[in-house]
Amino acid sequence: MSGPDVTRDGVQGARPGRQAPTGAHAGRRRRRRGRGRGEQPMVPDAVFSSYYGKPVLNRPTWKALDIAGYLYLGGLAGASSLLAAGGQFTGRPGLAAPAKLGAAGAISLSLAALVHDLGRPARFLNMLRVFKPTSPMSVGSWLLVGYAPLNLAAAAAEVAGRYRLLGSAATAAAAVLGPAVATYTAVLLSDTAVPSWHEGYRQLPFVFAGSAATAASGLALVAAPAAEAGPARRMGVLGAALELAAFRAMKRHMGLAAEPLEQGGAHRLLRAAEALTAGGAALAVLSGRMRDRRLAVAAGAAWLTGSAALRFGVFHAGVASAEDPKYTVVPQRERLRARGR
Amino acid sequence: MGGDEDRGGLLYGPQPDVAGAAGYPDAPPRMGFFTDTSVCIGCKACEVACKEWNAVPEDGLELTGMSYDNTQGLGADTWRHVAFIEQRKPFGGQEPGVAHDDVDVFAAAARLGTDAGSPGPGSTAPPPGQAPAGAPAGRISPLSPDGRTELRWLMASDVCKHCTHAACLDVCPTGALFRTEFGTVVVQEDVCNGCGYCVPACPYGVIDQREDDGRVWKCTLCYDRLGAGMEPACAKSCPTESIQFGPLEELRERARARVAQLHAAGVPDARLYGESPDDGVGGDGAFFLLLDEPEVYGLPPDPVVTTRDLPDMWRHAALAALSLAALAAGSFVRRPR
Repeated sequence: MSGPDVTRDGVQGARPGRQAPTGAHAGRRRRRRGRGRGEQPMVPDAVFSSYYGKPVLNRPTWKALDIAGYLYLGGLAGASSLLAAGGQFTGRPGLAAPAKLGAAGAISLSLAALVHDLGRPARFLNMLRVFKPTSPMSVGSWLLVGYAPLNLAAAAAEVAGRYRLLGSAATAAAAVLGPAVATYTAVLLSDTAVPSWHEGYRQLPFVFAGSAATAASGLALVAAPAAEAGPARRMGVLGAALELAAFRAMKRHMGLAAEPLEQGGAHRLLRAAEALTAGGAALAVLSGRMRDRRLAVAAGAAWLTGSAALRFGVFHAGVASAEDPKYTVVPQRERLRARGR
Repeated sequence: MGGDEDRGGLLYGPQPDVAGAAGYPDAPPRMGFFTDTSVCIGCKACEVACKEWNAVPEDGLELTGMSYDNTQGLGADTWRHVAFIEQRKPFGGQEPGVAHDDVDVFAAAARLGTDAGSPGPGSTAPPPGQAPAGAPAGRISPLSPDGRTELRWLMASDVCKHCTHAACLDVCPTGALFRTEFGTVVVQEDVCNGCGYCVPACPYGVIDQREDDGRVWKCTLCYDRLGAGMEPACAKSCPTESIQFGPLEELRERARARVAQLHAAGVPDARLYGESPDDGVGGDGAFFLLLDEPEVYGLPPDPVVTTRDLPDMWRHAALAALSLAALAAGSFVRRPR
């Protein structure tokens, strides 16, 4: 026999590099132990089994630019509708106008992104074949069918300067649907088996609500006259507080699934989001005190980018958690152990 | 079933009448697979039969170095996947429960060509006493004279689980995924618009999007064959009956008996996976007998259908939406200085 013998003392007579090793000696051991792409682990490696380090879940097929972009634009539009209605009915036309145009533009772009992400874009109308409360995407489609035309009507009336009554009605109706458009997207992500999207389902809607408020306020601070920007400033600061607090609470409650939020590209995006949101709030408060328009524009820009960074960060963290079997296997194994099996 | 159980049974928990709950009043019994991996020989006939019958396109020919597995996992173009796991564990598990304890194969080999039951002259086996040159002299030695018993090879044919509570079906916004009268879950290819929501929803990583096509694909449990009273292609082609097809209730009974048999034969590792209606997906329509932990085969140890938490998710989203509205209202109510 010229081949190696597998004995109790290990492999004897092996020709290194010529034969496939077995079991614990097999390749990809590093991945099998759940260490991701050469990074230092945040916590001691969890020991778990997997099939050659292969992920349990299939990787989400959604394109980051389309879907994370949609989460961002949907939030921007939804909260802008609130500012539009507030501005309209408290006599702040300078605030209402950019909010209406921003909401209409953002929701149009987001619809384009959603259709672009489909594998069969020509079949986008199939979304309206059924209404399914068990499918957040179905609920969202119907929500957008109502919400998008209202925004376009409000913006059109604003630009044309005619049909003011109709425009006001559309603005008010859009403000009713706006908060739902801004927060249902959290359910869209959470209603999956992706650990870092699912495990935060209690707090994620609040994170997205706060992030939507900062984005819309950011747009208003950039575009609205300083004299009318007070409510946007306040909404942005409150939104920033909500976003930061909810995000921290979420990470605390997610267990191991919080780890992808603190690693790699997702971590950089989320750190940037936190810094931009908090910095934007500081600048906004300062701009209110000092009545300095340049500060307001800087605050607005920080909020707009910070909100986008948050959505992309959450998106990428989820994808990373689906690609590593650790985040699927270890929590489930712990659950079984806790149940005594 | 009471009203509350009805509701619970729609999203989570045991659901004895899957087809009925989906709106079929006089459905045939629920059909499924019982994949007994203890008799799988890794021949991949199921993979081939599935591809042939369902005209599933080729999806790359590559050598992975993962034992004999170059298929890698389930996806849009792989509806049956045979996993190969090489382990340093006692060899005994390799032939669980064949229960030939009373047969001495070496004694039988020594009698080759001498009794009526074994090949005589003219067969490929040489007559006794005329061993070919170079053959080991003396008695044929047992496999493990020096304790070489530490390699075992697990093979398992994975497939869509056709969950009682199928997340892919729940989240599909177009209704392309539907429950058949047999209790299985099937994609209508003429309806799917490739939104991809089912892909991250599946807790087993089964369904996926076909890149050049845009739509999602997965095992149909050969819906077309079932409709004509035939068994699915993979089960039909399985030479060892590792893949068994039939009414789910019957399969569960058979599986329990098989586990008991294996335990009695000294294979304590044998366990069923996905057979219990009390698990996180309400039980699988395609369940397995495994010889190790599920994650060793690439299966999640305790999958839960994500829509179990959906009512709670909607509640939290509604609360967040109200918070956002209140936050905006509060920002306008305060009088500017």
